[in-house]
Amino acid sequence: MSDLAAATKTHFPLLARDVYGKQIVYLDSAATSQKPQVVLDAMDAYYRTANANVHRGAYHIADIATQAMEEARAKLQHFIGAASPREIIFCRNATEAVNLVAHSWGRSNLREGDAVLLTHMEHHANIVPWHMLAAERGIELRWLPLDDDGRLDLRHLDRLLDGVRLVAFSAMSNVLGTIPPIRRIADAAHERGAVVLLDGAQYVPHVPTDVTELGCDFLAFSGHKMCGPTGIGVLWGREKLLEAMPPFMGGGEMILNVTTEGFLPNELPWKFEAGTPAIAEVVGLGAAVDYLRGIGMEAVRRHDTSLTAYALRTLTERHGDVLTIHGPPEPAARGGVLSFEYGDVHAHDISQVLDTHAVCVRAGHHCAKPLMRCLGVVATARASVYIYNDTADIDQLSEALDRVGDLFGPQ
Amino acid sequence: MPGLEDLYREIVLDHYRNPRNRGELPCPPATRAEGFNPLCGDEVVVYTDLADGVVRDVRVGGQGCSISQSTASMMSVAVKGRSLEEVEKLERSFKAMMSIVTDGGEVAPPVDLGDLEALRGVVKFPVRIKCATLCWNTLTESLRDQP
Ligand SMILES: Cc1ncc(COP(=O)(O)O)c(C=O)c1O
Repeated sequence: MSDLAAATKTHFPLLARDVYGKQIVYLDSAATSQKPQVVLDAMDAYYRTANANVHRGAYHIADIATQAMEEARAKLQHFIGAASPREIIFCRNATEAVNLVAHSWGRSNLREGDAVLLTHMEHHANIVPWHMLAAERGIELRWLPLDDDGRLDLRHLDRLLDGVRLVAFSAMSNVLGTIPPIRRIADAAHERGAVVLLDGAQYVPHVPTDVTELGCDFLAFSGHKMCGPTGIGVLWGREKLLEAMPPFMGGGEMILNVTTEGFLPNELPWKFEAGTPAIAEVVGLGAAVDYLRGIGMEAVRRHDTSLTAYALRTLTERHGDVLTIHGPPEPAARGGVLSFEYGDVHAHDISQVLDTHAVCVRAGHHCAKPLMRCLGVVATARASVYIYNDTADIDQLSEALDRVGDLFGPQ
Repeated sequence: MPGLEDLYREIVLDHYRNPRNRGELPCPPATRAEGFNPLCGDEVVVYTDLADGVVRDVRVGGQGCSISQSTASMMSVAVKGRSLEEVEKLERSFKAMMSIVTDGGEVAPPVDLGDLEALRGVVKFPVRIKCATLCWNTLTESLRDQP
């Protein structure tokens, strides 16, 4: 298991730094991943040798820039098994991708009384856009609940789907790591004629992804959680649906023609890409996809799963009842995201103490306040792993947790 | 690196483990305000009972980290029985200690902060300043809502 990390750790310049004189232990990849040298180099090389605006210059480097961008689009297409590059819409991040669907598909398809089905484990990015639409359109939001182990409770799925036009849910929870039965939910939704939007922000970076197998209609994800830069994300959608949707934002790049009377929108995918895109970031994301494919997404998933199994085992053995780890107990049913409680010490205090040992974990509600309420907590501490983490990182976390106990334990 | 002992002083941990003035007050006559720290999900509820310009009683509820909860506890002790003017001075000088400049920008009045002095180290941990000021903002709100 650690073999993969032994090889990859050296690819990430940041992981060579220390914090307070100690080697950094980065356990917050669910928030954002670190970036390998190849991604930094690709972006640097783009700026040094090919920087020009895309799709409009007839000169050499403008051509190179345009090609680099469209090559990256093709890489993303193949990475998620999409049928055509026209289905790959570049946006800022997963949040913008969900907003695009809510704004463009939602406003042209949802009417008062229609229902949208979400789940209790959604990130705010897949909640608030629907609240906003609900306020504007009078649509009804429904929620799939969770069972005690943090799995989606599908017993009432059929009843909940009645009158639903869209099911929008996370393919992997950023708090519990839960991977729901995606295909089963998608099939049930389709039987009722509903459209399925998957929030793949956590899933796509960690699990081999094929949109045909998943059975969804839209997939949203962010580049920065999959070794790519910030500021770039993807919305994948079925071409038929995207074709029928009105543009999201208006401006340059997204038009075929503009007159004083009106405009004619561009073809896919540019119809949804108003303004100068984040070209260097697109190039960086393309390099990140190459990097991940070089490792192999099956290998990534295997590594995550065995490291998660190790973490669940070690932390539970060492800290016993003081430590509660949320989410499904079987590593195969989850990603490498571990939200935990340590006694009644607040997550903020836990992460503060861990920080002095150079262990980076997140503390807070993780943009999932409805889920926090279901769990009966206001915040959790969260450790999350990726390809560069190894068992030594988990051991370091485990040891640092003892210091939390020393400071806040029963006196 | 600032040491943890700068942050987690014994008095701070004591107020965290044994919070003073914890509970609720009947509203009315008291007023109630809620404060949230969107960063970490901390919640503070402050009840104040004001009469003739004096904070006659105060109670604190909510849940959160050691800094937000201990500050609320210390604050409740500091403001109980004080006039609005004194409370305002306390708040200004506490915020000045957190290196927050309040309206007008003039130097905060020298006030004895009592146990609250123990929170001086928080300023070395910038992300925690919000935890320490949450209850003060909530207090201000509850006093503003007095009938
Ligand atoms: C499940 C999930 N959805 C959506 C998002 C939003 O991603 P971004 O902030 O990159 O738009 C995140 C990131 O935290 C996430 O974990």
